[in-house]
Amino acid sequence: MASRTSTRSRRDGEKYSVLLPTYNERENLPLIVWLLVKYFGESGYDYEIIIIDDGSPDGTLEIAEQLQKIYGKDKILLRPRAKKLGLGTAYIHGMKHATGSFIFIMDADLSHHPKFIPEFIEKQKEGNYDLVSGTRYQGDGGVYGWDLRRKLISRGANFVTQVLLRPGASDLTGSFRLYKRKVLEALIERCVSKGYVFQMEMIVRARQLNYSIGEVPISFVDRVYGESKLGGNEIVSFLKGLLTLFATT
Amino acid sequence: MTKLLEWVFGVLLLGAAWAFVTFDILNMNLPRTYREVAWPMPLYLLVTFGCYSLATVGYRVATFNDCDDAAKELQAQIKEAKEDLRKKGFKF
Repeated sequence: MASRTSTRSRRDGEKYSVLLPTYNERENLPLIVWLLVKYFGESGYDYEIIIIDDGSPDGTLEIAEQLQKIYGKDKILLRPRAKKLGLGTAYIHGMKHATGSFIFIMDADLSHHPKFIPEFIEKQKEGNYDLVSGTRYQGDGGVYGWDLRRKLISRGANFVTQVLLRPGASDLTGSFRLYKRKVLEALIERCVSKGYVFQMEMIVRARQLNYSIGEVPISFVDRVYGESKLGGNEIVSFLKGLLTLFATT
Repeated sequence: MTKLLEWVFGVLLLGAAWAFVTFDILNMNLPRTYREVAWPMPLYLLVTFGCYSLATVGYRVATFNDCDDAAKELQAQIKEAKEDLRKKGFKF
């Protein structure tokens, strides 16, 4: 591809594509992009940011277009879709035009900080891991803005999942991850669940397919702008998903 | 083998071993003490596992890191980002 050869690879020839699915993130999108540019710029890795907006009524796409003008069409790619169609298909859609051999997946709501990106990349190189997963549960990892109830649910759900599935990774529902492109493609093809369970299924399938998993401790700062959601519905659908994975993998 | 089958298999194996000792199915004339130790074993295991679970989850909730510094850093960077983006001609 022309764009691939023309981009200057400063560090090692590898390129990293960041997939950012968005829905009503006009407040957060400019900030997350600014941070991504900052940390990729400082560490010198070659990158591109792919924004997949699912027809946000708040005008997220217009914000994305402004950012594209500022940072250039080789750095910011827009792959909008007409309406909300789910995370798995958003990744497939975004990957179609990704030119990187590695793919970053993260939330656009600032709960995942781009400062960890260089650590993900170093970790990946260290063991040539197929995927590197951010973890809130180990080392210096942690959360901000969670009350006791939320912590208890999170730890409890994680414990039950560890016992039942033995997935070989400590944070199953986190969604800050680095994948080899081929690995992500293979995993998405096999994953059927939605929401929280989608991220969990990705890790469980990865273990099933004998992919190697590295982990990087991350701090998770709960949504600065916008509402964070964890209600009874989320818990029920999480349990359903967990039991489905328990019976089928 | 799915995780479910692994669990069923494991429980059956343990259950069989337990039944052999408790009811002396093979008529091996095991000493009485063996049987007395064996029969409440499932309950012991269950209670032990329950205690272990509660202790583990409790400990992990208590030691869950609060990343106050990360939140502060982010707030400062948000300010910086907004100023810088405005300078570059971005309209919020």
